[in-house]
Amino acid sequence: MLTSKTFVKKTKRGGVMKIVREHYLRDDITCGSANCKVCDINSPKPLQKEPQNRSNSINSCHYLMPDTNVILHQIDVLDDPAIQNVIVLQTVLEEVRHRSIPGYKRLKDMLSNADKHFYTFSNEFNRDTYVERKPGESSNDRNDRAIREACGWYVKHLEQSDVKVVLLTNDAENRKKAVDEGLTAFTIQNYVKELKGCSQLLDRLAMADTNVPLTNSRIQFPEHLPLSVIQKGIKTGRYLQGSFLASRDNYLEATVSVHNQEKMVFVHGLSHLNRAIHDDIVAIEILPEEQWRCPSSIILLQEEQKDKEEEEDIENENQTSKNNIPVELRQPTGKIVGIIKRNWRQYCGILQRSALKESTRHLFLPAEKRIPKIRIETRQAEELSKQRLVVVIDAWPRGSRYPQGHFVRKLGEIGDKDTENEVLLLEHDVPHSKFSEAVLSFLPKMPWTITEEDYKRRLDLRDLPICSVDPPGCTDIDDALHCRDLDNGNLEVGVHIADVSHFIRPGNALDKEAAERGTTVYLIDQVFPELLSSNLCSLRSNVERFAFSVIWEMTHDAEIINTKFTKSVINSKASLTYAEAQMRIDDTKQNDPITVGLRGLNRLAKILKQKRIDNGALLLASTEVRFNIDSETHDPIDVVTKVARDTNSMVEEFMLLANIATAQKTLQEFPNCAMLRRHPSPPSGNFETLLKAAMSKGFTIDVSCGKALADSLNAATLPEDPYFNTMLRIIATRCMMQAVYFCSGTTSEAEYLHYGLAPIYTHFTSPIRRYSDIIVHRLLAVCIGADASYPDLLEKHKTQSLSNNLNYRHKMAQYAGRASVNLHTHLFFKERVEDEEGYVLFVKKNALQILIPKYGLEGTLFLNAKDLPSHVNFVYQEESNTQTCGEVVFHVFDRVIVQLSIDRSNVQHLKLSLKLVHPEITDFSVAAVTKSENQEPPVKKAKMSVK
Amino acid sequence: MAGLELLSDQGFRIDGRRPHELRKIQCRLGIFKQADGSAYIEQGNTKVLAAVYGPHEIRGSRGKALHDKVLVNCQYSMATFSTGERKRRPRGDRKSQEMTMHLKQTFDAAIQTALYPRSQIDIFVEVLQSDGGNYCASVNAATLAVIDAGIPMKDYVCACSASFVSDTPIVDISYLEESSGGPELIVATLPKSEQIVFLEQNSRLHEDNLSKVLDLAVKGTKDVHHVLDQAVREHVSQVSAFENTDQS
Repeated sequence: MLTSKTFVKKTKRGGVMKIVREHYLRDDITCGSANCKVCDINSPKPLQKEPQNRSNSINSCHYLMPDTNVILHQIDVLDDPAIQNVIVLQTVLEEVRHRSIPGYKRLKDMLSNADKHFYTFSNEFNRDTYVERKPGESSNDRNDRAIREACGWYVKHLEQSDVKVVLLTNDAENRKKAVDEGLTAFTIQNYVKELKGCSQLLDRLAMADTNVPLTNSRIQFPEHLPLSVIQKGIKTGRYLQGSFLASRDNYLEATVSVHNQEKMVFVHGLSHLNRAIHDDIVAIEILPEEQWRCPSSIILLQEEQKDKEEEEDIENENQTSKNNIPVELRQPTGKIVGIIKRNWRQYCGILQRSALKESTRHLFLPAEKRIPKIRIETRQAEELSKQRLVVVIDAWPRGSRYPQGHFVRKLGEIGDKDTENEVLLLEHDVPHSKFSEAVLSFLPKMPWTITEEDYKRRLDLRDLPICSVDPPGCTDIDDALHCRDLDNGNLEVGVHIADVSHFIRPGNALDKEAAERGTTVYLIDQVFPELLSSNLCSLRSNVERFAFSVIWEMTHDAEIINTKFTKSVINSKASLTYAEAQMRIDDTKQNDPITVGLRGLNRLAKILKQKRIDNGALLLASTEVRFNIDSETHDPIDVVTKVARDTNSMVEEFMLLANIATAQKTLQEFPNCAMLRRHPSPPSGNFETLLKAAMSKGFTIDVSCGKALADSLNAATLPEDPYFNTMLRIIATRCMMQAVYFCSGTTSEAEYLHYGLAPIYTHFTSPIRRYSDIIVHRLLAVCIGADASYPDLLEKHKTQSLSNNLNYRHKMAQYAGRASVNLHTHLFFKERVEDEEGYVLFVKKNALQILIPKYGLEGTLFLNAKDLPSHVNFVYQEESNTQTCGEVVFHVFDRVIVQLSIDRSNVQHLKLSLKLVHPEITDFSVAAVTKSENQEPPVKKAKMSVK
Repeated sequence: MAGLELLSDQGFRIDGRRPHELRKIQCRLGIFKQADGSAYIEQGNTKVLAAVYGPHEIRGSRGKALHDKVLVNCQYSMATFSTGERKRRPRGDRKSQEMTMHLKQTFDAAIQTALYPRSQIDIFVEVLQSDGGNYCASVNAATLAVIDAGIPMKDYVCACSASFVSDTPIVDISYLEESSGGPELIVATLPKSEQIVFLEQNSRLHEDNLSKVLDLAVKGTKDVHHVLDQAVREHVSQVSAFENTDQS
């Protein structure tokens, strides 16, 4: 069974190292075709007997065999259901894996999809198809030869049946050689064109070879350096490697976060940006110091009608004006010399039709502002222009102003709520498909009851006065609390968390799905199916539920005497909202055990919080809003800012305590594989905006450590402006780093710190909403001997890669949440115009960034619109960070009144627009709208009538 | 770029083997005339030479002699040219010392030591080329050499390694698979009775998976035994044929 032919393979790695590896060649690798009579009958045969690939150019049935480049560049075509019965060679698979991880992942998905009838043929291990590299032959040539060899083998192997094998390659030389060897070979373009009834596939073809003639093009980007030169340059320190982050505000600016370096490098101007796209890994060269500059504080969006000349003007103007930037503001500035790795993905957006009606080349406007427009070719522009589309980038040739891409699929009508939601989810990579049958099959069978066995293994806490406190309308209650007096004069405090891990057994489909989803995005779907999240796991009142409890014995001064973890059965006595709980506490007449418990908890929480603040905990602020949704149309009808009550902070305090206790316990037991959460302290450079903002009001903020920051933030208050402190805290929040999950064995202990919270921290209290908490539950269960461990739980690399996924999902969920608030805002203001109080958060060169506390949203007030009369002229003072127009001066933190409405000048791209109401500036500000019914028309008119 | 894929979706390892397949074993007995017994084995690219002297009188200090059984003296060394980078110390480093000790323990258990009290058996093992599974190849070579020397053993001692990659146990791991950081289980058995005489594990492996990996490794030792046994029988038949022709 083992036809072994040993031979030697030499490779060089790093220095000069000879590597000798065995390579066994076998005779038991089957062809995978249902037509084959030679191969082992029991082997899998995914390739169909009569493949349905119909083509005009090939009469008989055939299998397809694409080469590496076809797969890498045309994966969207292969993904189409029309393409089936494809043989993917091992050589090709390995090359794809080496060159593009996302491509490899997609290919693997296709291979595992039984409907696609894809088959991997391990040609490198087959005795008959293995080819050895000839002396002087490049590895690419060798691989091409291997592909042809395998194709030839297939043709011969399937000779008796009428099935042919068609080689798809876009390499002219390879194709010629293949034809010479008697094989059937096509380019993918030719093949798809001849395919019957698949004209829609043509649009999905990537435009690889459409080379715009370089000579007549006005814009010409510098050439990218080849990878070998870049690598050499990086080694010698001439170039730096970093990830490219395009600016949201200005498409001509970007920063590059250089690996292992704190400071960002600034990049400016089209030719310096040199075709890099957000998220790419790039190589940069630092410019000489006299050419350094700083972000221009101009907000520059890619306007639809913007002329090319104009862009160049801006460019030129910026080039000349660079000398007047004061030296102290200059930042290290660089230019992009090459791309190390493209991180292109699929982009959602809309079509911006070309002026010519008949043209097939159009521009595509991505929803994400950081991505440039993409040129695509389509024949269905008419239809697509009303739709949200998904497009991918294929290439960005030197002579083209925009990258070239191709259409992948359409999502639905623009403006439709479902479509917009879908865009949101897609843009943020949130998995949102329905739970599959396999997943649902692992749900507990209903009716579900607690058995005797369960009671025996769990602590019975059904008699305790446990209650839950949550926001109104909460269905997934994952925490409940209790507090009672002990006989020895101390207090017993318990935090009870839904025991979700009891229902989710490690390794099954449900578990895997939850691990993949990671966190709940509150617009659509949960991590877990409904049955679990809002029924079996939800700690509702007056039903018996499983819980994982943390029980402390505390003194009346909130000193912890001991901590106990246990699995339990509880019966919550009441599900309260924050407001209800607050009322109970305040109502002195009520003295039932729950209320007494709540009072005790509240008192302890205050002591705990004070202790925490004394230890240097940071209190940060952010504005959070809730939209009240119309139950029928699902349109938002009102906005409420969340009110902070004592009870909010009470619950929060005990959750913190439980999280910290769990973190300590699991880390102690599993120093190598505990899942923790850390929040790195931000580098001091991050605080610049905060320092500058506080300076404008005469405060100095000490950012040397968390404690100092907390103290100086507390000190910075203005009696006449109570909102000032909150805004400072909002700005401070933005200076922070992202908190991340990690596995304790993978970083040094010094880095476990959770900035502003605790030395170590984890998430334990929301297992219904977060998968990380499930892992923590399982670890804790193992610690207390309530459950057995399983291999993956104790594998630090697996935990780390899980953490990475959770971090990614978490980040994306946050973005999606914000974007969803934006979407709702747009819907909300669709029908109305309102005047609102706002505060200047940032002063930019041509705009003011304004925070509107009522809606918790931020908007840009443009100051230098083109159609303004000439006497309205804003002057920007860089040093004092102000904008002046005549008498009126705008500082940071100034209170203004703005008018909010939706800018409808472009139906495809609704924007929230702000107009100044107070302070009044003649010919710039608009009259206040009275809150009358008739709100629609005055917007535009108001502006006119002032003249 | 991404690390190597140790086990492909098609179920092939990097060198084209399936998870349960051993590398190709080639061996010869009686290659040196001076030694009492000698053998050479190749397991894939791992090549080992073993020579056995004895049983003979105790050499060196007499104090080492054991009154009830034979003293098994082993020496493990790696040729300077056996690895990718030239080795500085062929023997005497920590690793070799440990290996020497393990070999001694293994053969103490397998040789019928009680037959030769107050005497000594020397087993010298030299790794000529190393590509993973050095201990296993050394044990297998030494077994052949001991058999060649005609020293009575309870059974062959056969050794085999195993690892656990993407939820699949793999047997007889190569250097590449060894150095990937996964768990490594090394077992030496007396194949007929399935008694384990030596068991070593590196890196962490969850206990749920232990039996799977161990079973495969033990199965591997049986396969090795099959190959070695054939080699021995062939060698013996050759030698006896040779002696027969000599006499006639």
